[in-house]
Amino acid sequence: MTTALPREADPAEITAQHAQLTRTWGTGQSLFERLATVDHKIVARRYVITAFVFFVLAGVLALLMRIQLAQPDSHLIDPDRYNQLFTMHGTTMMFLFAVPIMEAIAVYLVPLMCGTRNISFPRLNAFSYWVFLFGGVMIWIAFLMNAGPETGWFSYVPLAGPEYSPGKRTDFWAQMVTFTEVAALAVAVELIATILKQRAPGMTLARMPLFLWAMLVTSFMVIIAMPAVMLASSFLIADRLIGTHFFNPVEGGDALLWQHLFWFFGHPEVYIIFLPALGMVSSIVITFARRTIFAYTLMVLALVTTGLLAFGLWVHHMFATGLPHLGSSFYTAASMMIAIPSGMQIFAWIATLWDGKPRFMTPLLFVIGFIVIFVLGGLTGVMLASVPLDLQLHDTYFVVAHFHYVLIGGAVFPLFAAFYYWFPKFTGRKLSERLGRWNFWLFFIGFNVTFFPMHILGLAGMPRRVYTYADGLGWESLNLLSTLGALMIGASVLLFIVNAARSLKQGEPAGDNPWGASTLEWATSSPPPPYNFMHIPVVTGREALWQPEPRQVLEGLSPAHREVLCTSALAAVPDIRQHSAEPSIWPFWTAIATAIWFIASIFDARAVLWGSLPVAVCLIAWMWPTPPRVLQQRTAP
Amino acid sequence: MSGRKHICAALVVLLAGCSGQQAALDAAGDQAATIGDLWTLMLWVCGFMYLLVLIFLAHAIWRARHALDAEPLTHGSGSRAEHPLRMALGGWVGLIVVGLFVLSLATFFIDRSLAQARTDDALKIKVTAAQWWWKVEYEGMAPDQRVVTANELRLPVGQPALLELHAEDVIHSLWIPNLGGKEDLIPGRINSLLLTPRREGEYRGQCAEFCGLQHAKMALDATVMNPDAFTRWRQQQLTPAPAPSTPEQIRGHEIFMSGPCAACHQIAGTPASGQTGPNLTHLASRRTIAAGARPYSFEDLRDWLRDPQSVKPGNHMPVVQLSDSDLNALTAYLDSLK
Amino acid sequence: MYSRCLASLLLLGCTLLAGCERETRAFHEEAPAINDVSPTDFRAGGTPRPVAKNPQAAEYERNAFHISEGKRYYEWYNCYSCHAAGGGDIGPPLMDDEWRYGGEIEQIFSSIVEGRPNGMPSFAGRIPEQQVWEIAAYVRSMSGNAAKDAVPSRGDEIKTTKPLTQVPPTPERSEPPRSNR
Repeated sequence: MTTALPREADPAEITAQHAQLTRTWGTGQSLFERLATVDHKIVARRYVITAFVFFVLAGVLALLMRIQLAQPDSHLIDPDRYNQLFTMHGTTMMFLFAVPIMEAIAVYLVPLMCGTRNISFPRLNAFSYWVFLFGGVMIWIAFLMNAGPETGWFSYVPLAGPEYSPGKRTDFWAQMVTFTEVAALAVAVELIATILKQRAPGMTLARMPLFLWAMLVTSFMVIIAMPAVMLASSFLIADRLIGTHFFNPVEGGDALLWQHLFWFFGHPEVYIIFLPALGMVSSIVITFARRTIFAYTLMVLALVTTGLLAFGLWVHHMFATGLPHLGSSFYTAASMMIAIPSGMQIFAWIATLWDGKPRFMTPLLFVIGFIVIFVLGGLTGVMLASVPLDLQLHDTYFVVAHFHYVLIGGAVFPLFAAFYYWFPKFTGRKLSERLGRWNFWLFFIGFNVTFFPMHILGLAGMPRRVYTYADGLGWESLNLLSTLGALMIGASVLLFIVNAARSLKQGEPAGDNPWGASTLEWATSSPPPPYNFMHIPVVTGREALWQPEPRQVLEGLSPAHREVLCTSALAAVPDIRQHSAEPSIWPFWTAIATAIWFIASIFDARAVLWGSLPVAVCLIAWMWPTPPRVLQQRTAP
Repeated sequence: MSGRKHICAALVVLLAGCSGQQAALDAAGDQAATIGDLWTLMLWVCGFMYLLVLIFLAHAIWRARHALDAEPLTHGSGSRAEHPLRMALGGWVGLIVVGLFVLSLATFFIDRSLAQARTDDALKIKVTAAQWWWKVEYEGMAPDQRVVTANELRLPVGQPALLELHAEDVIHSLWIPNLGGKEDLIPGRINSLLLTPRREGEYRGQCAEFCGLQHAKMALDATVMNPDAFTRWRQQQLTPAPAPSTPEQIRGHEIFMSGPCAACHQIAGTPASGQTGPNLTHLASRRTIAAGARPYSFEDLRDWLRDPQSVKPGNHMPVVQLSDSDLNALTAYLDSLK
Repeated sequence: MYSRCLASLLLLGCTLLAGCERETRAFHEEAPAINDVSPTDFRAGGTPRPVAKNPQAAEYERNAFHISEGKRYYEWYNCYSCHAAGGGDIGPPLMDDEWRYGGEIEQIFSSIVEGRPNGMPSFAGRIPEQQVWEIAAYVRSMSGNAAKDAVPSRGDEIKTTKPLTQVPPTPERSEPPRSNR
């Protein structure tokens, strides 16, 4: 292998090489090939679209709830249906939208930012998407068949236990958790391996874009946090299905055990959603401020610190359960401490803008919206971390306001910024800037009109998760206002969909690097070819594409079969040429077998045993060693 | 209501700082007042920090208005502003740390003071939450001095009340915002909540932890009374239910005793001794029916008895088919239970 | 080929509809009427009265909410005091295959409403009919005869009996029971 300057373009040779690489890495049009594909971009595109569909569906549920709450004593929706609505809204947003879409965008971008040809463990990646899809479809079919979960997205026992949640509703919920966590864990493993072992030569840890750092920390958090909730949901389904007593106090179980296990996952979950968004924000700020990030090292340390602290504050969800006070003080301190790295990052972004030459295009508008909203949400978070104050605010609309400020402000605004920013890379065309501005202002104003009044509603005594409220408590006007705001958000999202649909056909062609950005995904065509890069780029500085010296590439990977370059974990020195898995239909079949396994075990405990057999068979077929498919051999230089 | 009226009302709520009978900042007790002070501190500190962020952001945007067509600044360390920005970052982090330190200390000491409040002269009350109502028991010196009521909590002004919290079925949370913070009621555990009311008045509490179908209609009427009135009320609660006097009431009494009602409800002084539903001995002296689902009135009570499943769908009180005259008689009897 | 597809689609549809029926929370339902008023044989150990199957009643033992409510009312109306958790005490056990007065849900309903000799009181007018149906559905589940996907596994109490999800169905014995109590 050699490092070289890109040779003088010989069009004929480039065309030939492109054709050969496309034959090696491409995905055909037949149904079989589409199902069998392991191209990270195709899988990620499906992931993004599926998760976005879930976002819209859950948004519709939110609108239904807001319409119900617009008037006091409303009878539009009965309590049974309303409970399913808010449970499905929370569940879908958290498990089927927020985490998956962040991971999906990472699955698309991480290999490109690393400058490699495919994600590591590409078959696992394909499997992960199918499992996620089947889990999501299962819970939504259950919901449409009146078997949607009804005990809230954190399903507190004993309410969610066998005695008080009859039928299969909560069982579907518990298995949906298992589905999505399997998918999330798979992606986390791939991302860690890709980031640590497949970075372009020269991209040392100190030169890694912040988005990669954010995804690295997030993926480790996923691996530590998700098993806790899978354990909890397995306990729950065992209690419900075969009568174990994990959560039954009279038989030695404990209702609070659930809360500890769930929030040990549930709080890091928030940061699992939020950290990738921070990575996106950093990318966008750098590009649009046209300045490298201020205080890079501190930004990295802030990400890592947030990731660590996130595991030390779950108890702040449980201050009202009567735990010992001294212990609670520890969690107060830990929860407040997280304001330090967050505050540092906010400062660094604004400082970058302040010192840069910002262009205020739609992605940056969303980022500014993010800062304005998220900081407010963070500050109400500091309030909630205080035990006495939390006892007044906990489980009220104040909390509803807080976590929407944090999650919509902290994740959805950056996500929309990311859509506007990377849409040209995904599709080759830009989104309309004019519609984008409408999209932003409608969303920003609609959001604040919807959720700001909820702070006051909470202080005025309105508990969350009520399907209606009595007239005369002074909550009517603010609730109506909130509903009007929700309709604005709805209109804004609709506008985004229109924008995306139109731009897909008629958008302005983007070219390779429409924003003049600095990271490697902009070094290839838009959309990227199946093989991502004709030559593996060599990185010489933190902002790879902004380096003054001419760009170098690395040659020597065989174009005739699927080969990726592995580099050392710290210094990104070329290490080995690694074979990357061929397409295979077996991840798809394994996912179907897994779905049968999980769903059947809702109805029959024995399925845990017999259902594992087809999964095992599919896994064997999946892992069956096959010699790499080598196309017509070409002598590698 | 018209749109303008709504906007005015919204402004009024904003300005009045949330007053009302279920409002956290309209403190009527020691605990709520202390937490209210903490809220004020938090609001000032956090508001100040938020303002700083907004000013910095606004300045960054304002500063950028001339910078539209400059070359990218790719080497941050080469920027002249790098050093002052680093100093500013240091100051900013220092400010955050100081702010958090102040807030943590305030939190810690307020939490301490709330936890260490004196409880030896406290009025002891046992509250048991069930789907979807509250059972309230005042412990007495002797078993016959025990007062049992439902969905209402009466407290003498100035005396601390120590609530012992039990749950019958799922997790609930007791929250009377005007008096203090909330505390969960958890099956298999006994929690406690101390409230020291300081202002007479009628307040409203509500279950704050999602507890199933009728979580929304699980309210608790809290009344803070002067001590004499409280003693009178307590004495009155100890008396058995008055005997039915009019012929209609007598017929209602018979319907109650021979029908399904007596299987679940207790009326002291009568054969009805069911324990699974609320005690009805002095039903007509309460402010609301069915845990705040409706205000108390003859008509509302009759509606409730005719069809509890329309008023509060999913609750455990069944629809009992009664003719209109039987329904009136039964309502008349219950309405006599002052 | 198409007919097979259609058949499997229909089958899927039926399963899903069964799911709907299982999950409904009917708060406001007319209790199924018992039209058959033929007098019951009141002698102890007498023959069970033949029943007219009532399709609406059958829904109770397929519906999770009804069974779960029945479990609650079984406790609240103190069925425990004689029948214990189904194992029987001074009253006969309810979790076996032996039914003196019939083990169909309609027959259990009649036994609760009419009362039976040797101690079972009549609950007519004491328990509203809808709740009697729910209790009857729960009683059916004790012997494994309610829909398996609708019964709760365990309650939040101490119990020595198997979780209801694991009780095998015990169809009513065809020969008349030997009276040994």
